[in-house]
Amino acid sequence: MTVFIIRRLLQSAVVVAVMSLLVFVGVNVVGDPVDMLINPEADQAEIERVIRDLGLDRPLHEQYGYFVVNALQGDLGDSFIFGQPALQLIIERMPATFELAIAALLLAVVLGIPLGVLAGLRPDAGWSRTIMAGSILGFSLPSFWVGIMMIMLFAVMLGWLPSTGRGDTVPVLGVEVSFLTRDGLSHLLLPAINLSLFKLSLVIRLARAGTREVIHQDYIKFARAKGLSETRVVLVHLLKNIMIPVVTVLGLEFGGLVAFSVVTESVFAWPGMGKLIIDSLHELDRPVVVAYLMIVVLMFVIINLVVDIVYSILDPRVRLQDTKA
Amino acid sequence: MAGGETTLAVEGLKTHFFTKAGVVKAVDGVSFEVAKGEIMGLVGESGSGKTVTGFSIIGLVDPPGRVVEGRVIHDGRDLVGLDDEQMRSLRGNRIAMIFQDPMMTLNPVLRIETQMVEAVLAHNAVPAEQARDAARDALGQVGIPSPDERLRAYPHQFSGGMRQRVAIAIALLNRPSLIIADEPTTALDVTIQGQILYEAQKLCRETGASMIWITHDLAVVAGIADRISVMYAGRIVEQGTTADIIDQPAHPYTRGLIGSVPSRNTRGDRLFQIPGMTPSLLNLAPGCAFRERCSVADDACLAEPEPSRPLPGRVLRCHHPVLDTAQ
Repeated sequence: MTVFIIRRLLQSAVVVAVMSLLVFVGVNVVGDPVDMLINPEADQAEIERVIRDLGLDRPLHEQYGYFVVNALQGDLGDSFIFGQPALQLIIERMPATFELAIAALLLAVVLGIPLGVLAGLRPDAGWSRTIMAGSILGFSLPSFWVGIMMIMLFAVMLGWLPSTGRGDTVPVLGVEVSFLTRDGLSHLLLPAINLSLFKLSLVIRLARAGTREVIHQDYIKFARAKGLSETRVVLVHLLKNIMIPVVTVLGLEFGGLVAFSVVTESVFAWPGMGKLIIDSLHELDRPVVVAYLMIVVLMFVIINLVVDIVYSILDPRVRLQDTKA
Repeated sequence: MAGGETTLAVEGLKTHFFTKAGVVKAVDGVSFEVAKGEIMGLVGESGSGKTVTGFSIIGLVDPPGRVVEGRVIHDGRDLVGLDDEQMRSLRGNRIAMIFQDPMMTLNPVLRIETQMVEAVLAHNAVPAEQARDAARDALGQVGIPSPDERLRAYPHQFSGGMRQRVAIAIALLNRPSLIIADEPTTALDVTIQGQILYEAQKLCRETGASMIWITHDLAVVAGIADRISVMYAGRIVEQGTTADIIDQPAHPYTRGLIGSVPSRNTRGDRLFQIPGMTPSLLNLAPGCAFRERCSVADDACLAEPEPSRPLPGRVLRCHHPVLDTAQ
């Protein structure tokens, strides 16, 4: 297991290094931030001073080398717009996004797995078909439209839930969270449901497909032949087997939830990273964009590692292969 | 075996599958008895209904199939019509089953210990520790070395033969009065097959359990069974003691089966085979199902042959049985 983790960490380092190069070069070719930053009436001398201050007069490879050296020390540069360290800007907004993503993921798992398993056990029942039809809607309706409709229905017409913002927050271990206050929870509910709809549909489909496949396996029949109750057959023998694909996909999708909650955050004015990156892209705030992308890359790498470890806990066969290798 | 207690009596069992294409009569009027401590071989080709017979007895026929007629009397009680909970409390407890493919019967993500202990706890209100001891003893009983360590292992850490031993140990856990073994040696090497056969036979004798040994392999069943029932197209066509069936087969199908076993005398010759193929059980025409492949069939075979008892201990379903001939 240790060998496996070390090997995976080395692979991850290579991925991060390659990505940093791609991101840095990519962001540097999309446009010139100087035009956005400087007062249009500034004279040539001032423009050159700004360019020099930002380090943009150096050749690209030098800029990259400088970036890497600083990045290794935890400095991803200062925002052109805010003048604050880019990393700090992102980290300030991270708890909001993580809270939203985790809430969405929990909803997807807690509702999706039971619904999917039930639909898989009774594929011909009417309610089972209703679940599957619902999951197709969840897949195909655009997230922003559903978000707007939810605001219209629950915030505007019914007035049950607030439409924007985070509401009251309380600090937990130094991190501000919404879900522990009544007001915060009511603010969290709509965006979390909105963000989870797609994942919920995915989990339902995965759980159903897994159930349909596993239920016909000999070991399920053998478990029944042992005289186990149907509850135990489903909750232990079936569930543990279908969790393998569900965990894999969800782990990877969690990265997506965090990184691309942009749409939901914009619709519900949720003060998270997604909103920051949209603003920064508009203003060509290179350090923030680069820092954001680097954080996303790191996050995906870490999530992949965690998924592999959880996977090996769920599936003993993976464990054995790794100790051999 | 006559005069002994009857562990299982199957009477006129019919299990049909109601598919979109029509009704498949997988088991169509099967009757047999298994005496206490007896091993009965249930022989037939693929699709002859032998496995479905086994699943019908323990009430695990998958939809769209169901038992439509007949009685399954086990230790004096008719199992057909028992509710789910009553059946559950019998399965793995009084009637155990061993499956064909040992690679598939154990759950890959659960420890052997979990899978054995749960089988004990499903039927006995005992502490987990006691259930674990029972599991360890059962593993030792089927000849698995260092059972204490092996309990902690996962199925993929066992070879096929070892897994089948584990499956047998699980079947034995609650001291069943009947074990249904569905081709338990088919997926194994010949050497392992011999060991498993020997173990199964020994354990049956030791525990006094009766056994139904389902197989397509006459050579296997000849070595282990006391009596043999030959199935064809959902019916038992011939039944008798192992010696009678092997030495004096009377049904043309049984004769064909025995004739196709290669022996020393047939070395170099073309192997005998029964012409044609197993008929589809979907919308099977009335009359003897074997008549299309039978060398002695005539117009009489268009009518369904009724079971007859031409000799003591012998049941036959044939209009033209070949009796009292020396092979």
